[in-house]
Amino acid sequence: MTAEPVRIAPAPALHVAPGPHLTVSDFTARRMMADVLLALLPVAGVAVWIFRWYAVLQIAVCVAAALLAEALFSRLRRRRAPLDDLSAAVTGAILGLSLPWSAPWYVGAIGAFAAIGLGKAAFGGLGQNIFNPAMVGRAFVMVAFAASLAGGAYVRAEAALPILTQATPLSLAKGTAGAVALPGLWPLFLGNVNGSLGETSALACLVGGLYLCWRRSAAWQIPVWTLAGAAAAAVVANLLDPATPLTVLHHLFAGALFFCAFFIATDPVTSPLSPRGRAVFGFGVGVLVVLIRTLSSYPEGVVFAILLMNSVTPLINRGTVPKPFGGAVELPGGAK
Amino acid sequence: MSWPSRRARTFPHGVHPPEEKQFARDVPIEVVPTPAAVAIPLLQHLGAPCQAVVASRATVALGDVVGRAEAPVSAPVHASIAGVVQRESVATLPNGRHVTTVPIKAAGEQLEGQALYDAHFGGDWPLAGLDEIAPAEIVAAAGEAGLVGMGGAAFPTHVKLAPGPRRPVDTVLVNGCECEPYLTADERLMREAALPVLVGAKLVARAVGAKRIVVGIEANKPEAIAEMRRVAPELGIEVGVVATKYPQGAEKQLVYALLQRIVPGGKLPLDVGVVVSNVATAAALARAVLRGAPLTHRVMTVAGHGVREPKNLLVPIGLRLSEAIEAAGGLTDDAARVIAGGPMMGFSVAYLDAPVTKGTSGLTVLAARDLDAEPERACVRCGRCVDVCPMGLLPTRIALAARYGEWELAGSYHARLCVECGCCAFACPSRLPLVQLIRVAKARLAKMTA
Ligand code: SF4
Ligand code: SF4
Repeated sequence: MTAEPVRIAPAPALHVAPGPHLTVSDFTARRMMADVLLALLPVAGVAVWIFRWYAVLQIAVCVAAALLAEALFSRLRRRRAPLDDLSAAVTGAILGLSLPWSAPWYVGAIGAFAAIGLGKAAFGGLGQNIFNPAMVGRAFVMVAFAASLAGGAYVRAEAALPILTQATPLSLAKGTAGAVALPGLWPLFLGNVNGSLGETSALACLVGGLYLCWRRSAAWQIPVWTLAGAAAAAVVANLLDPATPLTVLHHLFAGALFFCAFFIATDPVTSPLSPRGRAVFGFGVGVLVVLIRTLSSYPEGVVFAILLMNSVTPLINRGTVPKPFGGAVELPGGAK
Repeated sequence: MSWPSRRARTFPHGVHPPEEKQFARDVPIEVVPTPAAVAIPLLQHLGAPCQAVVASRATVALGDVVGRAEAPVSAPVHASIAGVVQRESVATLPNGRHVTTVPIKAAGEQLEGQALYDAHFGGDWPLAGLDEIAPAEIVAAAGEAGLVGMGGAAFPTHVKLAPGPRRPVDTVLVNGCECEPYLTADERLMREAALPVLVGAKLVARAVGAKRIVVGIEANKPEAIAEMRRVAPELGIEVGVVATKYPQGAEKQLVYALLQRIVPGGKLPLDVGVVVSNVATAAALARAVLRGAPLTHRVMTVAGHGVREPKNLLVPIGLRLSEAIEAAGGLTDDAARVIAGGPMMGFSVAYLDAPVTKGTSGLTVLAARDLDAEPERACVRCGRCVDVCPMGLLPTRIALAARYGEWELAGSYHARLCVECGCCAFACPSRLPLVQLIRVAKARLAKMTA
């Protein structure tokens, strides 16, 4: 016992707050967003390695425009701009990485404004939106600037980097780019091909994505079931059309499927809550991606697959309410 | 989703908060000096409040009844020191309830120090002959001694021990999990007084006619496990080690972990043939039956960065919280929050002159640096709350419904099943006050069905 007199702090010095009085320290909404940015680093790194300054410029424009849009729309809605939650930066980065290297800078900027404005602010801000903001922005510019974003836009015969003179793997498969052999699976996996900035390297997406899942900033069920759904649909597509140049592995590694599975579909706000719901959602995304690739005139199907599944997410949530531990309470009279 | 059925000594979901047991786990139970006065609350249990049965200025001895109620679900309260009764007063308990108290000013000879400790935990505890005691006698002794569940819920023990004949009980679980961070009172009890705990468990089993007794202890208390294992075989009691995970000590979760039985929604462990008793309650029952001593004292932990000398204290019921803190060296300069109970389920208290009750398992005193500075944000629908809820609920959905006053909707998401463990709010990255909102929904739903 110490001899010093016992001191009791005056009552007002004590904080009163509802419990629990402990919270998980290394997991906050902001940290989740920071995790996504961190996980995007390998993806962005590969993009810069392949597309050089095109990638740097595109990503920078999109992030800057997204932040600006967030500040502006928050202002209009008379809210303090919640830029510190980093969600606008994430939207900008994902949008940037989903654009082709050749898209003019204003496409990215307008896409970012559409993403934040239409995709998020119009619904009431973070947590309220139904659709993945980055995909809303991507869809917006896909329609508004169709030519800048069509399969052909990826290719410039006069481009300084040789890779940029080649058609994207999925355009090749569509046959829209003439009869050239598809790249092998290995370059597809590593990413040494043409395409949207962030989609080319399945490996980089896997590295970043595994980090996200390990941190639990993304729910692991979503990428797993997205890939499973795509694989299942690809098997069926192959059976129906054995002549297609796209094998199951091509479907998995080409295009934006890995980027979509780990970074887009996993957006918590627009995907279901429960593990079972996430599985249904992921599987749906995977199937739709392959379906759109094979059946529509678009070479890639990620944008519409995500938006479609986003729109049924409330339904999925309703259909996948987990069974409580021990089952529901039975109330007299069968009331709920 | 079906719940995992493999024999795992834990339960699905839950969280791993920092354990923080280092503050007081190796500090032996210390007897608090007899205070100048105590204030005995007339309602310390789940059920009907007591009426004072002693007049102002009457002289009472330690253990004299000062309040009782006629209602079947209630428990009498007793003088925790010898002294003179004062005029009835009112106190605000940490859970926000205003209750009448009977203050007693210390006077005359007191049982204190080592003698008090020995009266509680020392001396001989008969291992034989327990099976000759009539169950009715045990139930009556528990009722007379004012025993309630000392793990928090404070449900009268004699009611729990007297189940209807249509519900046979085959197993008694003794809850020594103490899964709340910071608290170490139960751990000390198991290490210092294994015998009364186990004898009490025997008596619980005798009262309800159970054959099997299993003590559940979290794996982070190896000394307590060893000590209980040393004594338990003699009494035919099993000691089961369960995973260190919160809320391992919640009844339904413990029943599942140790017996793989699932308590149906809205039902009690009793419905699957189990009675769960906290270790402190078991020890108090042994004292009540074998020594005729009522529940006048309890062991509580005072720990955290906010107190100078974290301790486990044997305190009289009705001691002011501020005196318990003084006994633990007083608050530090940066003490910021005093919590009655552990940090997960405890209530923060504004006034430290509230009395200790039978259910006060400890005080957690957090310093400013322990408090979370993260702002509340919008729900990002990440589903972490869903992933951790031990009851398999959708906390975010119930909370959202509660926010909009949609009570029926909250009910359809099974709000009633929430055990208010706080896992969801602990894990929420947006720091939403989920438990608070769900509690409101539960209260409204209870009113609607009533
Ligand atoms: S953990 Fe919090 S942010 Fe995540 S879904 Fe639950 S309430 Fe929403
Ligand atoms: S909803 Fe209730 S039971 Fe589930 S984690 Fe939250 S407080 Fe615990």
